[in-house]
Amino acid sequence: MSRLDGSTQVEFELNGTKVAINVRAGERLSESLREQLDARDVKIGCNAGDCGACTVLMDGAPVCACLVASQQAEDTKIETVSGLMKNEPKTVQLAERFQEHGAAQCGICTPGMMVSATALLRENTDPSQEQVQDALGGVLCRCTGYRKIIDAVCGVSAMAQKASNALDDDPSIQRLDGLAKVSGSEAFGDDIAPAGTLEIKIIRAPFAKCSFELGDLDGFVKSNDAVVAVLTAADIQGDNRFGVIPGFMDQPVFAEDIAKFKGEAVAAIVAPSVFFASFNLVNFPVEWTQMEAVQTVSDAQNSNAALLHEKHLQNVMCGGFVKRGDAQKAMASAEVTVEGSFESGFVEHAYIEPEAGFAQMVDGRVEIHACTQAPVMDLDSLEIILGIPRSDIRIIPSAVGGGFGSKLDISVQPFLALAVLKTGQPVRICYSRAESMQSTTKRHPSEINLKIGATKDGFIQSFDFYGEFNTGAYASWGPTVATRVPIHASGPYLIPNYRAESKGIYTNCPPSGAFRGFGVPQSAIAQECLFDEIAEKLGLDALVFRTQNALENNQSTVCGQVFKQGVGIKKCFEALEPSWKQECAVADRFNKNTDGPNRRGVGIAAGWYGCGNTSLPNPSTIKAGIKLDGSLYLHQGAMDIGQGSNTVIAQIFATALGISVANINIIGPDTDVTPDAGKTSASRQTFVSGNAAKLSGFAMRRDILDAVNASENAVITIEKGHIKIDDQGQSHIIELSQRTVDQEGYVFKSQESYDPPTKPLDENGQGEPYAQFGYAAHIAVVEVDTKLGTVKPIKFIAAHDVGKAINPMLVEGQVHGGIAQGLGMALMEEFIPGRTENLHDYLIPTIGDVPPIETKIIEEPDAHGPYGAKGLGEHVLIPTAPAILNAIYKACGVRMRRVPVTPSKLMTAIKEQNDDS
Amino acid sequence: MNYFRPACLSDALDVLQKHQVAILAGGTDFFPSKGEQPIEVDILDVTKITEFNDIIEHDTGYRIGANVTWSQLQKADLPPVFDGLKLAGREVGSVQIQNTGTLVGNICNASPVADGVPALLTLQTKVEISSPAGMRLVDLGAFIQDIRKIDLNTNEIVSALHVPKCAPDTKSSFLKLGSRKYLVISIAMIAVVIHVEKDVIVDVKIAVGACSKVAQRLTGLESELIGQNISVLLQDDVVRPEHLSNLTPIDDVRGTGAYRLDAVVELCRRTLLDALEVNHVSP
Repeated sequence: MSRLDGSTQVEFELNGTKVAINVRAGERLSESLREQLDARDVKIGCNAGDCGACTVLMDGAPVCACLVASQQAEDTKIETVSGLMKNEPKTVQLAERFQEHGAAQCGICTPGMMVSATALLRENTDPSQEQVQDALGGVLCRCTGYRKIIDAVCGVSAMAQKASNALDDDPSIQRLDGLAKVSGSEAFGDDIAPAGTLEIKIIRAPFAKCSFELGDLDGFVKSNDAVVAVLTAADIQGDNRFGVIPGFMDQPVFAEDIAKFKGEAVAAIVAPSVFFASFNLVNFPVEWTQMEAVQTVSDAQNSNAALLHEKHLQNVMCGGFVKRGDAQKAMASAEVTVEGSFESGFVEHAYIEPEAGFAQMVDGRVEIHACTQAPVMDLDSLEIILGIPRSDIRIIPSAVGGGFGSKLDISVQPFLALAVLKTGQPVRICYSRAESMQSTTKRHPSEINLKIGATKDGFIQSFDFYGEFNTGAYASWGPTVATRVPIHASGPYLIPNYRAESKGIYTNCPPSGAFRGFGVPQSAIAQECLFDEIAEKLGLDALVFRTQNALENNQSTVCGQVFKQGVGIKKCFEALEPSWKQECAVADRFNKNTDGPNRRGVGIAAGWYGCGNTSLPNPSTIKAGIKLDGSLYLHQGAMDIGQGSNTVIAQIFATALGISVANINIIGPDTDVTPDAGKTSASRQTFVSGNAAKLSGFAMRRDILDAVNASENAVITIEKGHIKIDDQGQSHIIELSQRTVDQEGYVFKSQESYDPPTKPLDENGQGEPYAQFGYAAHIAVVEVDTKLGTVKPIKFIAAHDVGKAINPMLVEGQVHGGIAQGLGMALMEEFIPGRTENLHDYLIPTIGDVPPIETKIIEEPDAHGPYGAKGLGEHVLIPTAPAILNAIYKACGVRMRRVPVTPSKLMTAIKEQNDDS
Repeated sequence: MNYFRPACLSDALDVLQKHQVAILAGGTDFFPSKGEQPIEVDILDVTKITEFNDIIEHDTGYRIGANVTWSQLQKADLPPVFDGLKLAGREVGSVQIQNTGTLVGNICNASPVADGVPALLTLQTKVEISSPAGMRLVDLGAFIQDIRKIDLNTNEIVSALHVPKCAPDTKSSFLKLGSRKYLVISIAMIAVVIHVEKDVIVDVKIAVGACSKVAQRLTGLESELIGQNISVLLQDDVVRPEHLSNLTPIDDVRGTGAYRLDAVVELCRRTLLDALEVNHVSP
């Protein structure tokens, strides 16, 4: 029955229990479940049916809870993943398989996957791969590349076992935090706030550039009883500026007078959710005046263009430069040259969890719970913005539903902090999908010119690179992209004469920032595609050409850095050689034997990536302690955003200490209790924080062994209340009650830091930018429909030199996820500001788009890496797009130099080629 | 705001007389169209109306009730002329969308890229519209007038679709071209219904979606094909640009208009061959 306020009482069965709630007219079931019935295991990723994260079963059928009016649940049975985990044995078994396969990374899509898969498995206990794809096609995942999910649902044999008490087990253990992800209990940014918490909604600029005048805000608050506060730049007691690079902190929390990109925040309303249920944000008192915007790097550098930031003439933010030898001279004398211009557009991170968080005052301090990749950097920023002592701020990151670089920057954090300080009440915020896409950072669009010269026997002599990167309205990580690109643009090859220059250009677009690879995936497209062209010109096989130019130990990089060890690219190529020959032969046969429109092509590309900050300090600290009762705590501050640092850091620490991972209780991240393990970025956590964990494990081991004068080879067993040390046939016992207890309750404690050794770069980019690089090469096999221009990837074979695979299952997970993102960048993803601000116009790969992936793990140990390990997180997508482009050429003879290669663009190119010939 | 959920058509019509409402069925277009904005309209939820529930076969055709979902269609026992519509249904969003989204909702949303419309056009579907004054039937091609514009008065509601019967061995198919496998908006799509006797095309209906404001039948091509031997379909130039003169595809993020026309030429031929189960490679 309808009530006077339009709300209706609805009764249904939720996970086997009768429930009755009052709902507003048209209230979405997703909201009712989460906010009225505490079913926070139902995740909201898009509110439009595009992502499937909110999938629940309604009378057994999967539906998007965001597209169901709560009234429609009347008299139905609703099941969510948490209920299925209690009531449905099939789901419980599936949860185990998900963990064995590493089918959940960040875990935000996992409830949707688990629920959809349960519906399938109830009807079909032995589904085929295609049936799984059809059933799960409506749930987007941005981390896993889907293959592990397909394997888990199909029930194929798995890689990982549970962490056991034995020491020398298979290192492929399940994630230590996996159960929470598969059962839906993991608390992400929007899962922390109690129902009824005040909400914050942001007023955002509707134009790429506009001036604005705020209206009568006091009047607005007075005339809307429910509104608790309005926030603007005037509420900022500290500095209305943030950024991540010293000297480039140029972004305001709230724009003042002029907004420089569509979606920039100008004000915020703090009110209960019921207010926003009836208040349309367009009625906020603000007058906008649209201004002329510049959105491309060429327009922005035009001398007539308005400057986004004074002092940055022609809107040039900054540049990067590396020079070795004399590229110009060597080019002139090169026997063979190739050149080309390459372009790419904005790429959106498209994690399924929009930015969200909760804040409260606790004992007079601001406490922020939000999704982030960099809790200590959040603290740094808030200290500046809020103008309060650092000690008055605590950052307790929530689980992170995907990051990929964009959650390195602050987003919701200042709004939460300003609102909680102004109102004194707990507050929450969750970006809509559109807000997330409009306002947070993107991958830089690129415009690259490259020329390469080689000898006639196929040795590269000269390399001349110039790239412009659209950094949007604010710097964010743009300077890092500008720096990294010239260092990496060579790829992992020996190039004696080299010149690479990059420029970051300000435009009226959303800020471009960090995205898996910091500009290197863009430059790798130019370099690896031209490598194929020059190899073809020379009549050399693409792999042979790469192998003979591959960098080796004791050879100089383009920065003049010489690694005596650990250069693993040749081993990657060697590992791929049999597959390369075989796939090329299969493709040839396929093309000879078909008279249909499909043509098969095989492409190869490589990549490298320097782990950690570029020539800058980049320390991590890891602490651990043992309590009186023998419980062991690892203070793990390295943000796990799905990649698995909670597991890997614990594995490294456990190995160093000489105990089982199963002994470890993980604490943190939390800026009050975990020391700074740096940001989850730059493929640095396994390498840098891993080293800190190793040193910390060693330190604790040394303390324990010293306590009983045991030898280095002694075996440590931590038991209840004591530690047993077996050494050369002797057994020692340390009674923990006999030891001094420190302020934290620890009887043993270790805290160690690691900072990778680097040296500054000179004005020609010569120096030692990174302590280690990781190396990778991918083979892509595609079929091109030459009548429609569609590209169907058939398989990938990926060789990754990770130095030492701390957890091979997690390595594969990274490889799969990176390839899926590289595939998206190559074939379908382009963010167009103002146009593709949702997940149906901005396309990311679905479960039907990622083909089987074979991962070849190469272990060329690195002297600096913990147990030889190298970083991996960014390497995984660098070779993918150029491998696909090279495969497309092999299939249909068209060289595509702009990504994404949509069917329309490829068909246009194929037609042009047909017209020419 | 009020939420009405009547259990019968007459009650629904009563609500329509008294209130300005938005009609809600599966919600798969309604909610995305609202985005994050508050819902500032009364809602008439039709999903409880029993008269809307079923697919009913009668002497001359089939009545598909307004609440029939795409998933319900998949499971229905229908002759092969519906195969194209079923294929289209499998391309509507995802399983989640198909489980609540209705065929009638798909046509009432009047999107140029509605997956169901081309196939329903080839089935010569009529739209059953109910009002207090009674019932009227409108050809689907006339019902959808423009983007987001349909022939429906505020006191009316679409209560069903009617598909006439045809020769029992009439075949059909559907192809959709998109930039990814699932959950994708069409670049172009083609639906075909074809009836062949002794290798001669006796009847054929071809419709194209996503290439004009409203999906279009290719009547010129249809009449050219009728009376020909099916071997004509194996010729590369059986479909030519002049057959597509009533298409007005636009350039957008999914592709250029010129590309769409090229794709339609190829897709038409493939869909026709698909309907006749002749091998070729699908997109």
